[in-house]
Amino acid sequence: MSIQAIEDTKVKAFPAPSEPSKVIAFAPKARRRFDPLAIVSKLASTLLPPAVVIVLLLVVWQVACSSPTASLPPPSQVWNEAYDLIAHPFFDNGPQDIGLAWRVLISLQRVAIGFGLAAIVGVALGALVGQSVWAMRGLDPVFQILRTVPPLAWLPLSLAAFRDSSPSAIFVIFITSIWPVIINTAVGVRNIPEDYRNVARILRLNQIEFFIKIMVPAAAPYIFTGLRIGIGLSWLAIVAAEMLTGGVGIGFFIWDAWNSSRLPDIIVALAYIGVTGFCLDRLVAAVGAFVTRGTTAK
Amino acid sequence: MTAYLKLDHIDKSFARGGQVSEVLKDIRLTIDKGEFVSIIGHSGCGKSTLLNLIAGLTKVSAGAVLLEDKEVDSPGPERAVVFQNHSLLPWLTVYENINLAVSKVFGSTKTRAERHDWIMRNLDLVQMAHARDKRPAEISGGMKQRVGIARALAMEPKILLLDEPFGALDALTRAHLQDAVMDIHSRLGSTTIMITHDVDEAVLLSDRIVMMTNGPAATVGEVLAVPLARPRRRVELSSDRTFLRCREAVLKFLYERHRFVEAAE
Repeated sequence: MSIQAIEDTKVKAFPAPSEPSKVIAFAPKARRRFDPLAIVSKLASTLLPPAVVIVLLLVVWQVACSSPTASLPPPSQVWNEAYDLIAHPFFDNGPQDIGLAWRVLISLQRVAIGFGLAAIVGVALGALVGQSVWAMRGLDPVFQILRTVPPLAWLPLSLAAFRDSSPSAIFVIFITSIWPVIINTAVGVRNIPEDYRNVARILRLNQIEFFIKIMVPAAAPYIFTGLRIGIGLSWLAIVAAEMLTGGVGIGFFIWDAWNSSRLPDIIVALAYIGVTGFCLDRLVAAVGAFVTRGTTAK
Repeated sequence: MTAYLKLDHIDKSFARGGQVSEVLKDIRLTIDKGEFVSIIGHSGCGKSTLLNLIAGLTKVSAGAVLLEDKEVDSPGPERAVVFQNHSLLPWLTVYENINLAVSKVFGSTKTRAERHDWIMRNLDLVQMAHARDKRPAEISGGMKQRVGIARALAMEPKILLLDEPFGALDALTRAHLQDAVMDIHSRLGSTTIMITHDVDEAVLLSDRIVMMTNGPAATVGEVLAVPLARPRRRVELSSDRTFLRCREAVLKFLYERHRFVEAAE
């Protein structure tokens, strides 16, 4: 018998020595609802550095291009000659004489259609490739080859197929932006934890329920990474495609300005394109952050 | 009387690249309705594999799992699993996590209001109703496990399968949850199978303890009945003769007769 009755006088817990606890009064926390100084200093610390850099760049540019033999216009000349474009983005004087904001909107519309289609088809194909080993073996080599084709290389083919410039441009957007969506979705689906799949199996979720309730939310961070790369690529592609197809987009505007030697206009258009691309990227990132809140946390 | 759950001569082997490794060999076990059975063994002995077989998440190589004399070979909500790492979906709130299960299992038999009441009843059972709108990331490990238990109970399973449910928790939280599980078991009388590697936990909670031999080809070594009256209180049991004897029997099995050999392949 190895079990002895527990009767051990050596083990004894003593009550902890008690001492009257002191009450320490803390000063009440000063609560400031609105502190103008703090807000101003915070704004300054975020806005000041980029502002300084921009001013410096403009000064360097002005100095570099102010000699009479300079081939590019300095910022002062851009401001003077393209003032209409800068100050009035929304004028409308007939079919080919419209403000840059209108042109950007027309380009954005094409991007919206092309990228929207790419997002839907890309997520569906990515889910298929991520879920099925056979689909991956069959489709992955094709994707890997096609995704390296530069956007404009698709243009002649799509012009031949669609016989119209606008759907061709949209197709170029689609085919450019779909690859990162497919590839990232597939990776996300492949990385769904086995436990989530087990939960789905125990609940006997069918394919559609699994896709909507488990797969898409679980892969959402990956999907949005793909969408963010995709929207950047499609904005790159639309400008190039419009240069060749013509029409009223921002890309064609640059080509037109080059043909009539309006260099200041081109510089303003570049600024528009850059700002718009930045906004698109941030928009997709913000939507992604909103949709995937809590998903990445364990 | 036929058994509620019967594990009938189960073998399980995994084939990996030409090599076949035998994990479980000739597992025979019957479990009655309302019984609380623990399966204990050293790590790597295949106890989780055994639970997955009962859950239907993996298929048996030979033999059969019979629930009420019907063979089960695919997962389903009547054999709900509480996973070791809770497996709550992080993008859903506590309520939505349970609702996913309830609306799937009772979508056609209960009305919306009835389903809501049922979800809240299960949350109350694990004392988590206050956190219904929190996401898993916002609650502690013990609370997540409580929600995991509530989700499993909400499926109204015939058998509740617990896969080392308290393994990742600290000792005090673990004790709280063990009490909660005992309380739920006494109230609902749910047939429960729990995988564990904690001897005290096994003795405290179980009606019977199934001790597994070491792998490869692990099997049921001994089955120990725990003749302790319920409700059981851990403080009183800590010096109870029967409790200590049961504990000793399990310890002897694990550390004398079937000592774990490191890297035994």
